[in-house]
Amino acid sequence: MSGAPDDKAGAIEDPAGAPENPAGASGGRPGGARLLLDLLRPRTSRGQLLGGLLCLVLGFAIVAQVRATQNDGVFATARQDELVGILSDLSQRSERLRADIRELEATKAGLERDAQGETALREARERATTYGLLAGTLPAEGPGIEVVIDDPRGAVRALNLLDALQELRDAGAEVIQIGDVRAGADTYFLDAPGGGVVADGRRLSAPYRFLAIGDAHTMTTALNIPGGVVRTLRGLGATVTITSSTRLAVSAIRSG
Amino acid sequence: MIALIGLVIGVALGLLLDPTVPLWLQPYLPIAIVAALDALSGGVRARLEGVFDEKVFVVSFVSNTVIAALIVFLGDQLGVGSQLSTGVVVVLGIRIFSNAAAIRRRLFGA
Repeated sequence: MSGAPDDKAGAIEDPAGAPENPAGASGGRPGGARLLLDLLRPRTSRGQLLGGLLCLVLGFAIVAQVRATQNDGVFATARQDELVGILSDLSQRSERLRADIRELEATKAGLERDAQGETALREARERATTYGLLAGTLPAEGPGIEVVIDDPRGAVRALNLLDALQELRDAGAEVIQIGDVRAGADTYFLDAPGGGVVADGRRLSAPYRFLAIGDAHTMTTALNIPGGVVRTLRGLGATVTITSSTRLAVSAIRSG
Repeated sequence: MIALIGLVIGVALGLLLDPTVPLWLQPYLPIAIVAALDALSGGVRARLEGVFDEKVFVVSFVSNTVIAALIVFLGDQLGVGSQLSTGVVVVLGIRIFSNAAAIRRRLFGA
């Protein structure tokens, strides 16, 4: 119980050290308190000072290390590929933000240049157009895809159409029309009694035709992912045709 | 006593100066600290058992930290740095615990 000699770093090679006390933890020694006092009794010798110096360095190092660990707690434990991912995310974001800055600075310069409010007016119109497109109160035109879902078995439910709509939205579709219904933020689908689907109060029947303006490649990929919308619909016996077009006109609008 | 004062001064200095760990030292400093703590606990234990020798303490302190850092460095070069540093920490942790147990036995007789 008195410990293997190699556990005592301070006494490893002490040839002239006091003999090991085989009694270990048993009595016959000075009490704990006196031992502690003896331990704290200052003695000045070169070795003691050197030990003190080492302990000073140790304390300093501990604080430095603790500070360093506190500073980067998140990234210190991350693996290399995670760090690479974070870094590339950040650089993409900063690139985007830099583009935003350039744009906004150009707007600012334009606003400062003309006192008549020409630029402000143009900005306001542009914003009104953007919001109009998003809200569905304006007709839109642009590149996009046309998705035709034919349903000979009558198995397509409102849920499937909603999935398709959400997938298109996720893939960055800016304007979507289903049949002659313009999709908005509050568009809903209901299963109509006797087959077919009701969208925003209007009855739709197969084939369902989606017009989506946005990046055609992204939307097509999103619809075609394994286990995605197209697979599900085909599993139901429906046929899905996706045609991309450089010029697609969405004419249906939502009122107010 | 002097060691304790040194430790306190070191901590105070660290808090005051707010040092940044240089990059080349970052992987090795934690291991070196654990090794130093091991040497420190070993020194206290030896002192309590009456076999303390300053020269041995200083030499073991320095060599422990250097060897621990060297092992990690070698591990980094071999591509097993993190595993090896875990191993070193485990071994040193065991030693610190056994030293602490010996100190406790000496001080409290339990």
